[in-house]
Amino acid sequence: MILGTGAVVATTALAVARPLVVRQGIDSLGDAVTRDVLVQLASLIIGLAAMEGVFRFSQRWLMIGVSRRIEYDLRADVLDHLMRLPQAFYHKNFTGDLMSRATNDLSNVRQLLGPGMMYPTETILRVVLSTSVMLWIDWRLTLVALLPLPLISFGVYQFGRRIHRLSERSQEKLADLSARVQESLSGIRVVKAFRQEAFEMAEFDERNRALKRRNMDLIRVQSVFFPTMQLTIGFATVVVLWFGGRRVIAGDITPGDFVSFMMYLSMLAFPMIAVGWVMNLYQRGRASMERLNYILDARPETLDAGDAADRDLDGDIEFRNLSFAYNGVPVLRDISLRVPRGGTLAIVGPTGSGKSTLVQLIPRLYEAPPGTLFIDGVPIERWPLGKLRRAIGFIPQDTFLFGETIAQNIAFGTDDASREDVEESARISNIHKDIEEFPHGFETIVGERGITLSGGQKQRTAISRAVVRDPRILILDDALSSVDTYTEEQILARLRGVMRERTAILISHRVSTVKEADQIVVLDDGRIRERGTHQELLALDGEYAALYRRQLLEDEIQASE
Amino acid sequence: MHEEEVLGKAYDSRLMRRLLTYLAPYRATVAFAFLLIVLGSAIDVSFPALTMWAVDDYMTVGDATGLLMVAVLYFALLLIKFGVAYLETYLLQSTGQKIMFDMRRQIFNHIQTLSNDFFDKNPVGRLITRVTGDVEVLNEMFSSGIVTVFGDVLTLTGIMIAMLVIDWRLALIVMAVVPLIMAVTAVFRKKARDGYRRVRIAVAKISAFLQEHITGMTVVQLYNRERASASRFARINGENLRANLDSILAYAVFYPAVELLSAAAIAMIVWYGGARVLADTLSLGVLFAFFQYSERFFRPIRDLSEKYNILQSAMASSERIFTLLDTPPAIVGPERPVRLGASSTVRRGSVEFRNVWFAYNADDWVIRDVSFEVRPGESVAIVGHTGAGKTTITHLMTRLYDIGKGRILVDGVDVRKADLDDLRRRFAVVLQDVFMFSGTLDSNIRLGSDLPAERVLASAEDVGLGPYLESLDGGLQHRVNERGTTMSVGQRQLIAFARALAHDADILVLDEATSSVDTETEQQIRRAIDRLMYGRTSIIIAHRLSTIQRADRIIVMHKGRIRETGTHQELLAARGLYYKLYQLQYKEQGLVTVQGGSTP
Ligand SMILES: Nc1ncnc2c1ncn2[C@@H]1O[C@H](COP(=O)(O)OP(=O)(O)OP(=O)(O)O)[C@@H](O)[C@H]1O
Ligand SMILES: Nc1ncnc2c1ncn2[C@@H]1O[C@H](COP(=O)(O)OP(=O)(O)OP(=O)(O)O)[C@@H](O)[C@H]1O
Ligand SMILES: [Mg+2]
Ligand SMILES: [Mg+2]
Repeated sequence: MILGTGAVVATTALAVARPLVVRQGIDSLGDAVTRDVLVQLASLIIGLAAMEGVFRFSQRWLMIGVSRRIEYDLRADVLDHLMRLPQAFYHKNFTGDLMSRATNDLSNVRQLLGPGMMYPTETILRVVLSTSVMLWIDWRLTLVALLPLPLISFGVYQFGRRIHRLSERSQEKLADLSARVQESLSGIRVVKAFRQEAFEMAEFDERNRALKRRNMDLIRVQSVFFPTMQLTIGFATVVVLWFGGRRVIAGDITPGDFVSFMMYLSMLAFPMIAVGWVMNLYQRGRASMERLNYILDARPETLDAGDAADRDLDGDIEFRNLSFAYNGVPVLRDISLRVPRGGTLAIVGPTGSGKSTLVQLIPRLYEAPPGTLFIDGVPIERWPLGKLRRAIGFIPQDTFLFGETIAQNIAFGTDDASREDVEESARISNIHKDIEEFPHGFETIVGERGITLSGGQKQRTAISRAVVRDPRILILDDALSSVDTYTEEQILARLRGVMRERTAILISHRVSTVKEADQIVVLDDGRIRERGTHQELLALDGEYAALYRRQLLEDEIQASE
Repeated sequence: MHEEEVLGKAYDSRLMRRLLTYLAPYRATVAFAFLLIVLGSAIDVSFPALTMWAVDDYMTVGDATGLLMVAVLYFALLLIKFGVAYLETYLLQSTGQKIMFDMRRQIFNHIQTLSNDFFDKNPVGRLITRVTGDVEVLNEMFSSGIVTVFGDVLTLTGIMIAMLVIDWRLALIVMAVVPLIMAVTAVFRKKARDGYRRVRIAVAKISAFLQEHITGMTVVQLYNRERASASRFARINGENLRANLDSILAYAVFYPAVELLSAAAIAMIVWYGGARVLADTLSLGVLFAFFQYSERFFRPIRDLSEKYNILQSAMASSERIFTLLDTPPAIVGPERPVRLGASSTVRRGSVEFRNVWFAYNADDWVIRDVSFEVRPGESVAIVGHTGAGKTTITHLMTRLYDIGKGRILVDGVDVRKADLDDLRRRFAVVLQDVFMFSGTLDSNIRLGSDLPAERVLASAEDVGLGPYLESLDGGLQHRVNERGTTMSVGQRQLIAFARALAHDADILVLDEATSSVDTETEQQIRRAIDRLMYGRTSIIIAHRLSTIQRADRIIVMHKGRIRETGTHQELLAARGLYYKLYQLQYKEQGLVTVQGGSTP
């Protein structure tokens, strides 16, 4: 940056010197000079230009280059930070909005740092140096010629503010439009099934129209801006022509002076326009920086704090009088529960009773209140987050696959899974047979979010992805809901083999999934209603038994009625 | 593969001609704007001539009134130029906006007509870029690039002519550097083009990466991928950095090179022109005008090479847009559709498959020779291992994909002969993949349809959402975030179910519609359906025995074929695939029947 600034100074000084040489040349024409002088002057011009070129090169290379490097760092920071932000952040913000911050806004900030730094330095220097030289040549002419300058700065500032405000509004509308397109296309299968194409088009049209209207507002101001700048500078030229011309006639200044004045004016023209441009960059960059800071200032999860760093994690999980609320709405109430290392816990309960919420506390997707959740007897917040999560194989209820190959998806959570590991875990989740039937086998690309797989295939891929990590704790959040019971039984049998020494938590609505667990709890409205083994709970003849009968008997009973 | 990798010529007459058709509605405005540009260029060229005139005819002879006249003229021209520039910019930019508006609408509407196979292959992010980013690039070309190129070329020609007229020898000397500039530009263009292409690829990769990571952030975090993802990102980010640095290098060399050449031209004027002034064969004013012309001469040249980039990316963008617009919808209704259920002999709500074969890709058959019939009012269940092709069957009857061989009839009409809208109106579908739009619960159930509020509420209550709605502030007006991720998965599925019930239809298709819902709620829904759908057709796909048991008929699929058909009892008795699929549950059932029998 400092080198870059040096280069800017040198470039500008050299550029300012050039008209002086021309002036010298023209004035010497009056005297009886030889052609040798002309040759000298000509070479001087080229020499100066060459030096200027060298400096101009270094200036561009250094300053814009630096801005690109800063952009690189900033972008990496943004991603790093995004990866540390909690769930709640992603529930609150739209993907499209975050995307636009991480791309468009970042690029605006970059422009502020590169061209936005390079041009002002050059502009100010140019203005100062040229003006001094002009003052030295003829201060009166200079004063008259430069009279409109402050006017320009003021105008630029005013315009800049309005343009900035208007362009922000049009950016908003653009974001609005993109968000709509995003939703409409992500949900295209629903749109088609319910024949909502016309509605989507109408909704789009509305936003498209709003965007156009905002852009028109912006254009109305912008199209006055540059012509006004040109006019003001042209006005200065007229002044020099008239006033300077009279002074040449009066013999106060030489024609060379006059020419160099004209040259200086055209040299000042660009900086004046650049001022306006840079003002825009600056305004935009500042607003964008604020928008970026929205991400960068959001409070991250604490990754590697925690003093249990050097303990091994065994997988004994205990909830002690745990209550939990989302934004003040209570979801879990007074949960006390222990899953010993190697044990299997199954959770059943009605929709929305808090099953997912309960298990999401274990990998700390949400924070349990202090002193309510313990792993190996240590409060959960004392485990470093990375270490904790590495020990867990969590299969979320909402399957998410990346648009890569099946093999890449399965190996996603490991650094060094071999092909055998991947295939072995595919066998455990019983998807290897399906995969082998695909024309490209494990190299089949699954489409965005795994769209080209069947529901059950997606879920089983997700199970393999967890199993291949060889976790101490395995959590299946209703991860077999789209799998037939036969396949499910096979998967569970294989999992039991793998998980013998490990802790497992299963959530399901199916009795067939949970009945083998060491411990089954029935959750209802955030409370534990019943707990025990399958047989104990049947004997209890409570909700679990009712559930069991419902799943298996209802029709039989009705038929016999 | 990234479509962004393709970067063609800067000028492609085929694309350009097609782009120009978008100008057609604004022909008059554009023509007028071009007139203004010509006028503007002419004024630009005349300014140095005016100064020359002032210097030679008035300044050197000491004529102050003449000087004043020129100054006034100069000023007048300035004012005209101001008006011209304003009008020109305004007209062009606003036309650009109108064209962009038209294009965005056309692209979006076209995408809406495309069929599922297209969406299977094209990530949403890419399509968004077509509607927004690519159109924006074209806007840049329309409103600044192409038009200023025109203006630049005009100005260049004007200046050349002016110089030649004033003094052809001096003019030729100035223009001697032009071939050199062209050579420099050619080299620059090659470098810039390559850098530019690489930047575009890198930017596309960065967006795709970010998009996927933001949407899949939970998985990234759960699986400790922070470091690994950061280092993968560093690679893409680095590609972008390197590509940009290379372009910067190209620019950093190019600009000073042009400057140097223009300085050379000025030096030549000083040297040659000065000598001629000395020899008294050239006036001071001409010399001066030449200084000014040479300044104005090099600016457009420099701009032109910058515009080259705009043009090039515009061509690439329009190529991508047109490719999209030229992708025909794989599935369209026939010109003269047969009205479904028009003949009074057919009761409404029948579906028939006759020897249907289907493959998503080429010959990789997913459905093989499937034949079955669902009669109006019948309730049919489809079961089978995961991946057997159950969901695919539902896609086919609503004609989301077209079959390879065989025939599908709905209400006795071949689906390919029916109007698409008319056909899909027969079905109310609960998709296996639940999708929530952001908005409210109400807007998620009604979608864009104009349903009465009571109907929406009744549907929500029928699927057992009543207590949940009561717990929410705002009830049905409760806000839903993107993809509804603050609701439990079962709740989302219930909303999707309510959606299907609210959009009442002859045939109800439930694809694992209650897989994430507890059995009690499920039974409650079933009772509601029995009431609501009395006499209507339903096609139910489920893995849970309790869900399908009561169907009039059960179709058992295996690897794309129908293995067995029959009622629950028949299939159990047959001891085939169905028996094997459900023996676990069935075994248990036998055991509990005894216990259950003992309780009153
Ligand atoms: N859009 C698609 N493109 C390519 N292949 C697909 C696509 N959708 C499904 N398939 C493949 O077709 C086969 C049948 O899939 P389908 O979704 O019909 O299964 P399913 O019986 O519904 O299974 P599940 O019970 O798991 O939902 C699977 O092997 C699947 O991978
Ligand atoms: N991020 C969130 N913000 C606010 N409320 C939430 C959030 N996630 C879940 N809820 C609410 O908390 C309650 C419990 O949700 P949870 O996902 O734990 O239910 P669940 O028992 O897993 O249900 P299901 O069987 O449908 O999966 C529900 O009422 C749900 O709407
Ligand atoms: Mg859940
Ligand atoms: Mg399916």
